[in-house]
Amino acid sequence: MIDFSLSPAVEKNRALLHAVADGTMRPISREYDEREHEKPTEWLNMMWEASKDMVSFGEGKQKKGADRKAEATERHPSERTIRSAVLIEELSWGDVGLYLSIPHPALGGAAVAAAGTPEQKERFLSRFRDGEPKWGAMAITEPGCGSDSAALTTTAVRDGDQWVINGTKIFCTSGLMAAEKSEGFVVVWATLDKSAGRAGIKAFVVNHHTPGMTVAKVEDKMGIRASDTAMLVFEDCRIPLDNILGQAEVKQSTAGFKGVMATFDATRPLVAASAIGVARAAVDYVRETLAAEGISIRYTTPPTKLTTLERDFMEMEANLQAARLLTWRAAWMLDQGIQNNLEASMAKAKAGSMVTQVTQKAVELLGPLGYSRKILLEKWMRDAKISDIYEGTQQINLLIIARRILGYSSQELN
Amino acid sequence: MLGFQPDDEQQLIRDTVAEFAREQLRPLAHDADESGLCPPSVVRQAWDLGLVQSTIPEAYGGVGAESSAVTGSLICEELAWGDLALALHILSPQLVTCPVIMLGTPEQKAQILSCYAGPHFTAGTAAVMEPRFDFDLNALTTTAERHHGAFVLNGTKCFVPLAAAATHLLVYARGDKGIAAFLLPQDTPGLSIGEREKNMGLKAVATYELRLDHCRVPASSQLQGDIQPVLNRSRVALSALAVGVARAAYEYAREYAKERTAFGTAIAQKQAIAFMLAEMATEIDAARLLVWEAAWKIDTGGDATREACLAKNYAANMVLTVTDNAVQTLGGHGYIRDHPVELWLRNGRGFATFEGLAII
Ligand SMILES: Cc1cc2nc3c(=O)[nH]c(=O)nc-3n(C[C@H](O)[C@H](O)[C@H](O)COP(=O)(O)OP(=O)(O)OC[C@H]3O[C@@H](n4cnc5c(N)ncnc54)[C@H](O)[C@@H]3O)c2cc1C
Repeated sequence: MIDFSLSPAVEKNRALLHAVADGTMRPISREYDEREHEKPTEWLNMMWEASKDMVSFGEGKQKKGADRKAEATERHPSERTIRSAVLIEELSWGDVGLYLSIPHPALGGAAVAAAGTPEQKERFLSRFRDGEPKWGAMAITEPGCGSDSAALTTTAVRDGDQWVINGTKIFCTSGLMAAEKSEGFVVVWATLDKSAGRAGIKAFVVNHHTPGMTVAKVEDKMGIRASDTAMLVFEDCRIPLDNILGQAEVKQSTAGFKGVMATFDATRPLVAASAIGVARAAVDYVRETLAAEGISIRYTTPPTKLTTLERDFMEMEANLQAARLLTWRAAWMLDQGIQNNLEASMAKAKAGSMVTQVTQKAVELLGPLGYSRKILLEKWMRDAKISDIYEGTQQINLLIIARRILGYSSQELN
Repeated sequence: MLGFQPDDEQQLIRDTVAEFAREQLRPLAHDADESGLCPPSVVRQAWDLGLVQSTIPEAYGGVGAESSAVTGSLICEELAWGDLALALHILSPQLVTCPVIMLGTPEQKAQILSCYAGPHFTAGTAAVMEPRFDFDLNALTTTAERHHGAFVLNGTKCFVPLAAAATHLLVYARGDKGIAAFLLPQDTPGLSIGEREKNMGLKAVATYELRLDHCRVPASSQLQGDIQPVLNRSRVALSALAVGVARAAYEYAREYAKERTAFGTAIAQKQAIAFMLAEMATEIDAARLLVWEAAWKIDTGGDATREACLAKNYAANMVLTVTDNAVQTLGGHGYIRDHPVELWLRNGRGFATFEGLAII
């Protein structure tokens, strides 16, 4: 069926989360943009409490190790990813920085859910069901490599019944909260054998407060300031042997690396959804401002007769909806158990460039108002740009799309 | 609930039309463009697919299949992938049948529809556009004035496909309550059809200028009710056709880029080309989804005016960028008429201009 309606259950969740976004996020949005490195503790606690008995709005929280594949073969196909996409759009409409700072297993949890054994899932994810707020994080990026994650230099060496990790990770979202400020964990990518290239790269779960792991720096950023972005230094950091995700042996294949990269097929549509939330915030604001001035958009008028303002606005709207539909398609495919690597990157690439353009255009359209910190538009423009950078930059996603449509390997097109 | 897959019946129709486009339309496209002729044999074959007749109610000799806008956009994309000009020729009867099915009185339906349900292609057409730089459907310069219980039409139309052969012409004019549409038989006094037009693209479909000089038509020839849903369907159809043209160009450029080498590798292995292709693929999918959503909105009975307009503008921009990039991918070879990409660019350029050239 070709159908663009969301199920009543998802619509209900959406309305609920919209109320949360509007009622609790927008009022503190500016404050935690300005008070960078401070946390809205009360709000975070509230979200933690609420999310424990609310549906999961991200990866893995309430799934208790349920297998995605098993779910996809259920008679009623899952709505899990599409629901996450819709809810993340609402929260990001509220404030994407705050959304990213919600106590949550996040990317680290996604990696455990995708590559962990049932025992590991229970060991690492069950903590998100009760107690104090906790965070998960994922550390891939290093000072010397970002997009080219296969070039990472952090090492893991076996010593008896432990792994010893050494290296420096940067730009780790919620790294501070996961490593030092809660009983969370960080999933660290390290190589067992540098000479093996991709095949040597594995993911390791490092628990909070593990000796040898320190937060060396928390970055000052252009936007999403409510979310901490940490540098983590690992110096002879020892973790149990069974904290490795997947197989420990280095096979002469890149299957393991590809397995972890597959996490991104699940998370890219969600990052796209968050971009869509930010863009919608900007589009909504412009629409309301124009309406208050008595300006309406004449949809049926030919483009050559429209004002520039109308043309720009319609283009923003169409771009936003185009990105949203690409995102919903990628999410829907995942829920149906259909391979979505191409479509996930299409969604991410489109949403990343769309939100960047849409928010910049919105600032332009509102003139001095747009540039002023009195309203949130300029903040959304600053918040937006990250969507085109993390989880694969625009260019990296285009590379993935191009390889897919051309049938090229990463050696043939890089 | 959300879904992105055509159902089994839609998929069957889509596959059938795709095969027809691949086997019959595409091989003819080049020569049809050069000669300006749409071969009667292909029109006959297309008619046998039953695309037009199927949507006509049984009472008027048709099949009475539900005329879903979503299914229509699947058909349009595939036909246009084969060739846009031939597609417009083949679909032209719908310019009459579709609005009549949607808005016609029982008398109008009885009088008109059976003409298009027979075993042979019957040309029908609509006169929407006008030869003005500032053409605007909301401000037509062709007028319909009431006069003693009848209407008098005055004005000039352009881009009227198959006007010379059409049994009925649906003429859009500015009435006292906005846009109105009138069904005119070919031999209406005061209606004169000019010479065949010469355009940058769409050469294989004959289009004409048309003059209405105190053309008196009975009130019963007016389509009743709100025209907007007809225009929405037309915009969705045009957008779907644009997606088909863009996909044709993208696929051709993609395959070419894998074959053509420069500086020791396939040009597709250069990021400048690979990224262009990646963006083309993404934008085509994006436009298709906007088209489907607008079509779905029509099928589920909502007001799709906004969605149809946004989809049309988006698709019109997209097809221009994509076909232009396809020519660019082929370099100088793209400029030579032996390759079809320049034809797709010429055809694709029209979408920003077209209104009312197709309806599904
Ligand atoms: C706020 C924030 C939060 C982050 N959160 C996390 C996190 O939680 N965990 C984590 O591991 N990382 C995180 N990152 C890191 C992020 O994923 C990387 O910054 C990103 O992948 C790009 O890497 P880079 O910064 O090293 O840029 P580089 O890889 O150096 O790229 C620089 C430029 O070159 C381009 N480029 C690179 N390779 C190619 C190529 N092959 N072809 C064409 N162009 C290319 C890129 O697109 C980019 O424009 C975060 C970053 C920020 C800013």
